[in-house]
Amino acid sequence: MLRFLQNSPHALELVYAGTSKMLVPFRRVMKRGSRMERLFIHLEKWTKGATFDCRMCGQCVLHSTGMTCPMTCPKELRNGPCGGVRANGYCEVLPDRPCVWSQAWERSRKMPLYGQEILHVLAPVDRRLKDTSAWVNHLHPELLKPPAGWES
Amino acid sequence: MRSGSHLEEVLRGGRFAVTAELNPPDSADPESVYQRARMIAPVCDAINATDASGAHVHMSSVGVCALLTRAGFDPVMQVSCRDRNRIAIQGDLLGAAAMGVRNVLCLTGDGVQAGDQPQAKPVFDLDSMTLLRTASILRDKGEFLSGRKLEVPPRLFLGAAENPFAPPYDFRPHRLKKKVDAGADFIQTQYCYDVPRLREFMAKVRELGVDQKVFILVGVGPLRTAKAAEWMRANVPGVSIPDEIIDRMKRGGKGEGKRLCVEIIQQIREIQGVAGVHIMAYRQEELVPEIVEEAGLLVRDAMKVHP
Repeated sequence: MLRFLQNSPHALELVYAGTSKMLVPFRRVMKRGSRMERLFIHLEKWTKGATFDCRMCGQCVLHSTGMTCPMTCPKELRNGPCGGVRANGYCEVLPDRPCVWSQAWERSRKMPLYGQEILHVLAPVDRRLKDTSAWVNHLHPELLKPPAGWES
Repeated sequence: MRSGSHLEEVLRGGRFAVTAELNPPDSADPESVYQRARMIAPVCDAINATDASGAHVHMSSVGVCALLTRAGFDPVMQVSCRDRNRIAIQGDLLGAAAMGVRNVLCLTGDGVQAGDQPQAKPVFDLDSMTLLRTASILRDKGEFLSGRKLEVPPRLFLGAAENPFAPPYDFRPHRLKKKVDAGADFIQTQYCYDVPRLREFMAKVRELGVDQKVFILVGVGPLRTAKAAEWMRANVPGVSIPDEIIDRMKRGGKGEGKRLCVEIIQQIREIQGVAGVHIMAYRQEELVPEIVEEAGLLVRDAMKVHP
């Protein structure tokens, strides 16, 4: 069941797009440090944990990475595969696991909405956001601002 | 000119470039660096100083580069994200530039498990892509990642790696383009033992128009023996060697590895969009001059460092 879900990136991107829209009216109650955030942290750990093996980086980019969590890459690469991917498409560091980025690329090809996002360079991870709610942060873009030098 | 490095001059001048890798010593003696450098410098345009490649400690790339610039060589300082966070790396880039380093190769780095100290903490705060962008922010905006202004920005020729020989093959040309978008001026690839695969990759790169924006140097290296080739294929991350090559090494006698390397260089040279070769002769530096000569690439001016 889970495997089926993971390999249905188009369904997942629709869920993402839908949730994204649905949460907008709740922006004012979904604040950092609120009860709602604590609830969402639990929800995200459950749902995204089960579906994506989510590591709670707090700055979800799944729609940019083929609905495959880049933080499960042993090098936590968010901008594409390393040069060490094995000929069978498996991971350099964990040889019994498929490369996260091989999967991400294949899945992104089946994502008509956000599939092209994988071609854009993402900013470095903000380590302060670990274990916060990615949805709460998503509703407050000021929390997800890249470092000042990165912008423009 | 972004950096004024010898390598940049050669590439912008349109000459087919040769870079070579210096295997950093397990030593605190500068002479062990110079000894290796003297062997390869006369035949190449820049010398790559590796940064604990394969997660094995050796003399640091900053240290090796500082020694090389003192002696007038043009180094390519390799920087990996495995061992240092963004604070340390930005400081090293400034320090290296102050020591006369003008070329930097931005890498993610092999995992710690590949080395002899797998107990170490892998850092990977940045990745090769964000490292490239960070270095270009230092150079072009004269700022740290935080936006804080630099008094004098570093002049750097920024490089990145690509491995056309590892899956997902059809993502690789796009990833190369991403690296160019992130700030890469030149590319050095992983070892090429599969020329048809490289041709396919380059065709796609040309289709994307990326070869017009970046100088691509293809990695090559002499195999020692068939056995060594099999070992490399199994144990060195990212190295792909087709069976035909291993068979040829088994059949061929002494010197087959070098002959093969020369042939590969000659084939690579014919591919449109390839701007040079990067020779990685692991523990066989003495072969580099012969390879360059036999491949017909010997006409070159002496390396010089700009103040």
